[in-house]
Amino acid sequence: MLDIALKISLALVLVAIVLNTYRLSVGPDMPDRILALDTMYVNSIALIVLMGLWLNTKTYFEAALLIAMLGFISTVAVCKYLLRGDIIE
Amino acid sequence: MSIYVILEGVISFFLIAGGAFIFIGSLGMTHLRDFYMRLHGPTKATTMGIGCILTASMLYFGIIDSYPVIQEMLIALFLFITAPVSAHLLAKTGLHQQLRRVEKTRGEPAELRDEEVGKKPVPHHSDAGHD
Repeated sequence: MLDIALKISLALVLVAIVLNTYRLSVGPDMPDRILALDTMYVNSIALIVLMGLWLNTKTYFEAALLIAMLGFISTVAVCKYLLRGDIIE
Repeated sequence: MSIYVILEGVISFFLIAGGAFIFIGSLGMTHLRDFYMRLHGPTKATTMGIGCILTASMLYFGIIDSYPVIQEMLIALFLFITAPVSAHLLAKTGLHQQLRRVEKTRGEPAELRDEEVGKKPVPHHSDAGHD
């Protein structure tokens, strides 16, 4: 039962990442692309956690934590650049 | 029926629910029509989905190793703190750039109001009682 649920969940997250790539490439404005990147890193954290469940190891969760921190910082940096024209004032 | 069968069912439910929420969030981000609508999908549904998947992983490794795991709790805490902050910053960026919107998007914030040259400025709501 766990194998089938894991496969369904992996398939759904993969389709979600493909949809994010679509919005990232055709997004009409800059905030749309930032939003797509923001969603994409959250989805990649989900993918890494599911891969840890699939391979039955806890090695990759530190990588997921690093992706969470760096993704948030990059989103804030790009938003501040678009808002103010400068990152650190 | 063993306790492990019930726990396996609970973990499977959380996995499928998390995948479905993440998919619905990304679908909303792809198919809605303007930026202020598109902001709703990832900030709410995707956060719920990643919470479900992390809960499933926490349950699984907690049962396998029989001691609680820290990394998933840290990831969930960090994501739940930072998701509203990044959504707020994105909304501010969209209002600052005055992105176009469809007619059905309600609300009239001051950043998107049409300003006509030569007229009196539109009074703000908070100082309406003074005049």
